[in-house]
This record gives sequence, structure tokens and C-alpha cells, in this order.
Amino acid sequence: MTKALVLVELKNGNAKKSSLESIHALASQGVEVDAIAFGPDTTGNKDKVAKAVGGQGAKKLLIADSADLKFYQPDIFTATIAATFKAGGYQILAGSASSLVKDLFPTIAVRLDAGLAPDCVAIKIEGASLSAKRPMLAGKYFATLKFKAFPAVVSLRPNVLTIGADSGQSAQIVATPPSGSIRAKTLEVSGAAGNSRPDLTEAERIMSAGRAIKEAANFKIIEECADVIGAAVGASRAAVDAGMAPHAMQVGQTGKTVNPNLYIACGISGAIQHLAGMKTSKVIVAINTDPEAPIFQKADYGAVGDLFAVVPELTKEFKKLLSAG
Amino acid sequence: MKIAVLVKQTPDTETKANLGAQGLETTGLKFILNPYDEFAVEEAIQLRDKLKGEAVVVSLGPDRVVDAMRTALAMGCDTGIHIKVSEDELKKLDSFTVAKALASALKQKGPFDLILAGKQAIDDDALAVPQMVAEFLELPRVTVVTKLEMSADAKSAKLRRAVEGGAEEVIEVTLPVLVAAHKGINTPRYASLPGIMKAKQKKVELIELAALGLSSNDAKVTYEKFELPPEKAPGKIFKGSPQELAEQIVQHLRNEAKVI
Repeated sequence: MTKALVLVELKNGNAKKSSLESIHALASQGVEVDAIAFGPDTTGNKDKVAKAVGGQGAKKLLIADSADLKFYQPDIFTATIAATFKAGGYQILAGSASSLVKDLFPTIAVRLDAGLAPDCVAIKIEGASLSAKRPMLAGKYFATLKFKAFPAVVSLRPNVLTIGADSGQSAQIVATPPSGSIRAKTLEVSGAAGNSRPDLTEAERIMSAGRAIKEAANFKIIEECADVIGAAVGASRAAVDAGMAPHAMQVGQTGKTVNPNLYIACGISGAIQHLAGMKTSKVIVAINTDPEAPIFQKADYGAVGDLFAVVPELTKEFKKLLSAG
Repeated sequence: MKIAVLVKQTPDTETKANLGAQGLETTGLKFILNPYDEFAVEEAIQLRDKLKGEAVVVSLGPDRVVDAMRTALAMGCDTGIHIKVSEDELKKLDSFTVAKALASALKQKGPFDLILAGKQAIDDDALAVPQMVAEFLELPRVTVVTKLEMSADAKSAKLRRAVEGGAEEVIEVTLPVLVAAHKGINTPRYASLPGIMKAKQKKVELIELAALGLSSNDAKVTYEKFELPPEKAPGKIFKGSPQELAEQIVQHLRNEAKVI
């Protein structure tokens, strides 16, 4: 039987949904899955995480905890996962294509002498063969990759694959000592404090604004609406370059590639660089004064109007709808 | 300080995808220096100017990739190393093999104190080759770097890398190290006219992929099938007062798209 190890990331003590998507994708194809999680975050949350990963079909939850792992340390993660992978007789390493996994998996692939299929939108296991589909050229086309042999290292784009119904099973918790020594040391993480909104790359809903927002302070009207529907807030490159938003909020080429269920573009014309980062969103809404704006060609729903007039009304309508249930 | 900059020549952003049996048809495509690699080149030049030494640009691909290398040389890199493969062979290589070839060339021509690269190439968006090169060379690496601060003795560096949620990790590392640059680390210069003239005279050394003992047989994955995304049906466009527009949007999101 094919065995897979899935890296599970935690947020606020819970297994991230995107990590569970990877477990389900493999377990539902008959692969025996174990999960591995790192860091002091796991300490008080072992049972909760074991239930979440077990519910999706993971047999064991390996926990590599150490006070040194308060922050992501690539050298330790690499050594620990590689050692666990070899000792456990696994054939597949998988995880959600988060910023951590995108950084980490290529290194592990080389250490395991394995191929890599990053940021995939579909994965198929047939006997000893694994193939995966991934977007190329910012989603302009798709390529299907086939591994010549195991081991295979695969990351899956968040929000594309689903999770299954909770089986009610819990994974068996196994302590796994971290190994390796730190060469590049993460000292601290700065700048994320006070932001309770979901991260752009994992958000299921996103509201973005372009240069039409005019100044940074006006993002408030976007944020108010976004908070009603639990959306992350993004910006176009034009808005970022004009100093209206930080680069971390930029969606599109040289910014973030996002894949939410709902993307609401406010005052964004739809430059090809922006479309590159968001066109795989499941439902796209565009609000723009210019009926000829290219964004309307990609939008499922377009509203010809001024964002300053429409967005506050949208906030009201969302509130009305969601309070009615 | 001896610095290597890994660059890739990629299709231009505006490229329309024409697909053939082996993937993107390259005939007639406009190619550019991968935008993220410009940040790496700029960082290399600034550090070379400050700390003295040399900045060597390295690229793998058919003869056309020398154009991207000339851009880096025109910006200010000193010399180049071109690992040559045919257009057909290139299509059969994976990140693993490309990284192994780059690492092998760097080992031959090194040692380098610092290896710079762009954090990702805009054609395959894999974010993989820089880390893989570092691992083949058994070096530490830091990716998605928005700031690189060299210590006074240039023996270690403090870096910032962008992570999720707008946060940044602060990292300390002893050289040699591989750094994959992100937007924000600097503002890449445009090549000056004298720079472009000078670049034509700069030396680019040629190494055949086979001379590194590698071929597409070493690839761990093969690309089997290529397809365009499904065409999206035209959307609905609403007109009316702001309130009517908002009502239309919300009603369709709830009842038709079922995402709210």
C-alpha cells in the first residue's frame, strides 16, 4: 500500500483547512496517510489536531515539538521530515502550497532524491504512479506532471480541493524528536500583529481595490465590507505602486496568486498582471465606472458604478442578508 | 566577494499561450529576463560595488537565454556562465535537473560567497530551483527576501523574508548562503546605453549540459499533457443606482452562485 506523509500547519492551535485538503486528497484515493506537525503550537492542541487530521483519514499524527521551533526553522523542518520520511517507509510527501511549504519542499525533495510537483490543482494516484496537474504561466495553461518513480513530493494549491465528511476517527499521537542543526536561523516574526483578517493566499473570500480608491485611508470602506463577509483585503499593483497599500496586499504578478471562492474587484481595470493573480477565483464580481474595463470580461457579475457609492451599499446588503441568516 | 546570480529567460507577461505536444510553442515568443531575477541582479551589483569582487550571471537554456544574460551584464554583472541545452531538451528537464546542473557549474567555477536568484520564475511559478541549488551545494538558503543586510565583515547577513498575512521573518545566517530575492529588496536599474555596449564585450563561458554529466534522463518528473483552461461563459452586467447594483450583486451571489 502506498504511504504518504502530510505536513500539517496550525493556525491559532487548529489544523489549517488547506492542510486537511491534502490529507483528504490522498486518503480518499486509498493512500495510507500520516500527518506531521511542528512547534510549541501543538502542545496544548494535540487532541484537537489529532481529531481534525484523523477525521480526514490520517492514521497517525507525528508531533515534532521543541522550544526551538517557536518560529519556522527550515533546516530543522528539512532534517526532521526527511528522517521521518525515510524511517517510516513513505512514498509521498504532501502539503498545502503555503508560503512555508513553497519554501521547504524543494529542499526536502533534493534531500530525498525525489521529484517535485509544486502548487498542484489535482492529484491522481494509480498503483505506483502519481500524476498531478498544475497551472503554468500564471494559469494561462495547465500541465500534467508524471513522476517517473517514488518518492514524490507534492504541494496542493489551497482552496481547490475539498475536505471530506469527518469520519469521527482520531489520529494516534506519536512524539517525534526534531533533528538537524540550524544554519539560517529565524530570530523573530514581525508585522502581522493586529490583523485578524484571513491571509490572501488562503482566503475563501477577497475584496480588492485598485487605484480608483484614491488614497490609503479610503481602504476603510473596502475593509468594512470585507469584515462583514469575513473576506481578506487585497489591492492591485497600481494601488500598491501609488503608495495606497503595502506590497503584502498586492494581488497579481509580482504579488500574490489567489484562488478564493469569491473575488470582488473594486475600481480595478483588470490589467493582465492583475488577472494573472486572481482569474482562477471561482466567482468574480467587478465594480467599475468604465463599462469597457477588461475586468468585466473575466467577471461573473459586473456592476457599472462608482466603488465609493456601490461598496457602502454592498456592505449594507451583506449585513442585511447575513443577519437574516 | 564572489557572487553568482542565477537568472532565467521567461516568456513575456503578455504572452498568449499556444500549446503544442511539448507544451508552450516557443517559436515567435517574446522572451524577457524573469522579472524577479532583476532584483537578484541589482542586489548582486550593489554588493559587488560595495564589497568589491565579482558578480557572475549564470543561466541554463538554449542560445536565446544569452539575451537575458546580456541584460544582466548590461546592468553591471561582470561575466557569464551559459549552460547550454537544446530547446527540445529544455522541455524535458524538471526543476531537480536544472538545479543539479546549476549547482554543478557553481561548484566547478566557485566557491561563491553569495548566490542570488529571483524567488520564482513567471513561466512555471515553481519557486523551487533556488532552494534545490542550495541543497545540492549543501548551503543554507533564504527565500522571498525583501531585505539583505550584510555584516560589517561581510561574513554574515541579516535578512527579512515575506510570509503570509503581511508578516516578515527576520533571519540570521553565516555566508556562504543562497538568497532568493522578492520585490521590495531594491529598485532594479535600467541598463544604460554604455552598459549595453560594454555588455557585448563581456565574457560568457559556455558549458554543455552533457559536460556536467546530465541529461533529460535525470529528470524525476515528465510533463505529459498540456491544456488550456476552460473558457468562461460571459458574465452578467448590472446597471442601475448604487443600491440596485448592490442588491443585484448580493442576490446573485446568494441564489445563483451560492457563495454567500
